[in-house]
Amino acid sequence: MKVAVITFPGSNCDYDLFKAAQQVGGDAKFIWHRERGLNNYDAVLLPGGFSYGDYLRAGAIARMSPIMEDVIAFAKTGRPVLGICNGFQILCESGLLPGALMHNTSLKFESKDVMLRVDRTDTMFTKDYKTGQVLRIPIAHGEGNYGADDETLEALEDQGRVVFRYVDRDGELSDEANPNGSLNNIAGITNETGNVLGMMPHPERAMEKLLGSTDGLALFTSMAGSLQPS
Amino acid sequence: MNPYRIEVRVKPRPGLLDPQGKAIHHSLNSLGWEGVNDVSVGKAIYIDIDADSADNALATVEVMCRKLLANPVTEDFEVSVIDEMERTSS
Repeated sequence: MKVAVITFPGSNCDYDLFKAAQQVGGDAKFIWHRERGLNNYDAVLLPGGFSYGDYLRAGAIARMSPIMEDVIAFAKTGRPVLGICNGFQILCESGLLPGALMHNTSLKFESKDVMLRVDRTDTMFTKDYKTGQVLRIPIAHGEGNYGADDETLEALEDQGRVVFRYVDRDGELSDEANPNGSLNNIAGITNETGNVLGMMPHPERAMEKLLGSTDGLALFTSMAGSLQPS
Repeated sequence: MNPYRIEVRVKPRPGLLDPQGKAIHHSLNSLGWEGVNDVSVGKAIYIDIDADSADNALATVEVMCRKLLANPVTEDFEVSVIDEMERTSS
């Protein structure tokens, strides 16, 4: 699995993603945002961070980067594109995913572990999880409050495109378990074809027992597994 | 071509949470201002642009708003000419 980790000025989770990709046997390369060409890759990862200092809006400037044209073309080929945190914000700004990520309702930057429920296991990112499985994964963001108009939200729900939701320890939805005010406790969604996933929580920070959780590992093994020729 | 200065006002869409407005509202209340019903915070962007008419300058900046300056999911925008700069000699 050849994996491109796109690095923008201000990305800060690029090494974590690089390491995560390597951990599941991926041949990872950093691609600077001004470079072009993703055709030889099997998967593209957009890391978290504060690209362009979050100027204008989080992700708004990064999506104008030359490489984003290639990321959009790559996504259209059906190969997996994963955006985490700022990567999710960039995917929304670029139109690869619908909706927007607004300021957390708490008015605070939230940096802590949250519980996530896996609602879809039929995606190339989640097939190694069990439906309804509850994961402990860290979040670290100020703008993770997912919002969309009613029509978009309905389409996401009807088409089963909400992959992860914030839940309590028992896997139940609640306002208390929602760290940022996201509609329907949405933590991660896919595009219509299911090959683009955006999520605010950081599975790449939950890869080592020593660091508190290995619940993110199955996301990367799922992706690697779905790229193996069967 | 004439130089124009365009003001773009980007505002949070009504009904959406505006945390900055909320924080400022609380501060105004705690400083003792009564009767403040709502505070919302947007941003102003100033663009100096050459165009053959004010209308064309505005039309161009509106395209910029749709493409980059505002996010239609969360923000509304207004554009206006604030200052017709002196025509530069050519």
